[in-house]
Amino acid sequence: MTLDLVPLWAGIMALGVFMYVLLDGFDLGIGILSPFAPDDASRDLMMNSVAPVWDGNETWLVLGGVVLLAAFPLAFAVIMPAVYFPILFMLVGLIFRGVAFEFRHMSSVGHLWNRTFQYGSIVATFAQGLVLGTYIQGIPVDGRHYIGGSFDWATPFSLLVGVGLIIGYGLIGACWLIMKTEGELQRWARNKATLLTFGVAAFIGMVSLWTPFLQPQIFARWFAWPNMLILSPVPMITIALFAWLLWSIKSGRETEPFLAALGLFGMCYLGLGISILPMIVPYKITLWAAASSSKSQGFLMIGTLFLLPIIVTYTGWSYWVFRGKVKAGSGYH
Amino acid sequence: MSLDALVLSRLQFFWVIAVHILLPAFTVGLAAYIAVLEGLFFTTHRPVYLRLSKFWLKVFAISFGMGVVSGIVMPFQFGTNWSRFSDSTGDIVGPLMAYEGLTAFFLEAGFLGVLLFGRSRVPPWAHFFAAVMVAAGTLFSTFWILAMNSWMQTPAGYSIVDGRFFPIDWFQVIFNPSFPYRLAHTIVAFFITTAWVVAGVAAYHLRAGRFREDGTTMLKMAFGLLTLLVPLQMLIGDLHGINTRQYQPAKLAAIEANWETQSRMPLLLFAWPDEAAESNSFEIGIPVLGSIIIARDRDGVIRGLKEWKPEDRPPVATPFFAFRIMVGIGLTMLALVICSWWVWWRGNFANNRRFLKLCELASPLGFVAVIAGWVMTEVGRQPWVVYGLMRTRAAVTPSLSAGDVMVSLTVYVIAYVAIFGTGGYLMVRFLRAGPVDRVSTIEHRGGTITARPLSAASEVE
Repeated sequence: MTLDLVPLWAGIMALGVFMYVLLDGFDLGIGILSPFAPDDASRDLMMNSVAPVWDGNETWLVLGGVVLLAAFPLAFAVIMPAVYFPILFMLVGLIFRGVAFEFRHMSSVGHLWNRTFQYGSIVATFAQGLVLGTYIQGIPVDGRHYIGGSFDWATPFSLLVGVGLIIGYGLIGACWLIMKTEGELQRWARNKATLLTFGVAAFIGMVSLWTPFLQPQIFARWFAWPNMLILSPVPMITIALFAWLLWSIKSGRETEPFLAALGLFGMCYLGLGISILPMIVPYKITLWAAASSSKSQGFLMIGTLFLLPIIVTYTGWSYWVFRGKVKAGSGYH
Repeated sequence: MSLDALVLSRLQFFWVIAVHILLPAFTVGLAAYIAVLEGLFFTTHRPVYLRLSKFWLKVFAISFGMGVVSGIVMPFQFGTNWSRFSDSTGDIVGPLMAYEGLTAFFLEAGFLGVLLFGRSRVPPWAHFFAAVMVAAGTLFSTFWILAMNSWMQTPAGYSIVDGRFFPIDWFQVIFNPSFPYRLAHTIVAFFITTAWVVAGVAAYHLRAGRFREDGTTMLKMAFGLLTLLVPLQMLIGDLHGINTRQYQPAKLAAIEANWETQSRMPLLLFAWPDEAAESNSFEIGIPVLGSIIIARDRDGVIRGLKEWKPEDRPPVATPFFAFRIMVGIGLTMLALVICSWWVWWRGNFANNRRFLKLCELASPLGFVAVIAGWVMTEVGRQPWVVYGLMRTRAAVTPSLSAGDVMVSLTVYVIAYVAIFGTGGYLMVRFLRAGPVDRVSTIEHRGGTITARPLSAASEVE
């Protein structure tokens, strides 16, 4: 009998998506904050702080997409049509902001590409929020097909998640800047981070209260006894993280705000997992029902076990290489 | 043919992949060329090789960056527009695509950064090694994607349960009947495409009287390779055709616009296929040559389109003309290669202005041939998405309306024209500036060892 690889693949999938959200999250956040930058010099500094890493960050998205197809093809086939337009917006947003990073230095209309970078980042983030919102609110399925319409994603709930994600990415972007910059720009980033923390708190609160009422299963998962007791640390840790985040911004810490903000994303991710597992298409299809055959999962696992640790190590190493403050003039270009 | 979600999804797939394929068509060959230049510099220490390698590395960086962003779009297409294909074949094509993704990621993370930014940070042998690994990486990516595409053309090693494909033998899945031919034909095509671009850029500068040593070196290297590869490509293409006759006979019939099963089939040079009348309304051909080429026998029987029910036939005109464009370009290339031997023998290889002008004009030919060949093989596969087993019609996402896809297609067209138009323009401007040694900004920069494809190129601006 072959080994059940489904939990392992679910873990790899979860890691890939989480890596993507954390890593591309802060560099999208830079794009979201960029229109509000105090001046052009700090705007350049902001972009330079993520320039060495953004394209590596986006590769996690491709990896997430193809691993979903390979390990859970049914989930891929059902979820993607449900978010047809959000995926389109996300891809086009990501392409525009990706090339803007580079074209702005080569082109004679550089300021136009700066705008492209800002709008591209905002559109891509909002679209990712729509995808998440659509996913949480549930996807209508009949047999092996998505049976909803192409605009089912346009609900108040998913719009709320979309706006929330813009503020959330903005927060980790601001915390990234606290860590990577100094002086005036850092003060500005602290200011924005404080503001955004309250925004994120409001949105996490709204989404967390709304979600259990979307589906009775989620309500039961969180509020049935003894789940309520067992899961009570989740909201408590989240509140503690908020306190730590605000305190660390205020008391002049440099790295801690970023870690606290990542922690908040981690708790939201955990909350999502608690709400939907073992489903991969919420409330319809389990991980096991969506999984590809063990022969497919096994074949891909061989290479993944070899390559993924190297990729993770390399990613960590490249962040280590670029550690420290980014300074004007000594930047990337 | 009405513009329904199926047709529009096919157009959209055509558009996003047609733009994307231009970039690997160039970068696969360019990566190998850079590895060769690095190797030559490593062994001979001649500065011309270093200068050329630096120049082409920047071009590679721009192309690779645009290849990455256009590549992000590709896997999502299978989910958004071809969900039933993903569901039915995900067990087989999923791991193949995932291996491509992992390979590309591994390559980008590990070696591209060293190649682009590490010349002064690692020993010369390590830099050369990185160049070789990047070249190998592009070939691995090609390997996995073509394994997937070939499996859709000539499926093997699978079983079908409840309309879903499952792998039985991965070796057979990957090394399916058309794969070795397609892989060889495609990689050689990519190398040839790059060689013509290199020759064209060399010719442009030689004609303008600039960069004599660099231009002559590039021209010699390009034509050395083309002398080897253009005839080889014709041989591989010929073998691939025989493979198609065996495994995809309806595609071959469409390519030849051959309606009747016949021996002593002519080779049509031109025809006007009429699908409604099941015949060609006009044709010029060379008698018997078709049978000789395809069957290696003047009396060889070639199956005609009428052997298949109309609903099982591919479109005829598109593969027929696409094939003739591809072969026509191949013959033009051969003529130019022969021409190059003559000017070489006459001793004015780098001075013959008319020859240089021809090289310049020929520089985009490889791209046209790649697109034509790819259109031929994909349209020739129709009406199947998995040949003979799953119809394209059964692969499209059921929930999509024509309006949905019309909107997304329009967005992709506008976005790609803006982005790849700008990218192409910046690239041409850079190629025209030539291999100027605008010294070593790259070497003296602060702490940068990572993959930054596009900005490595912006260094020169």
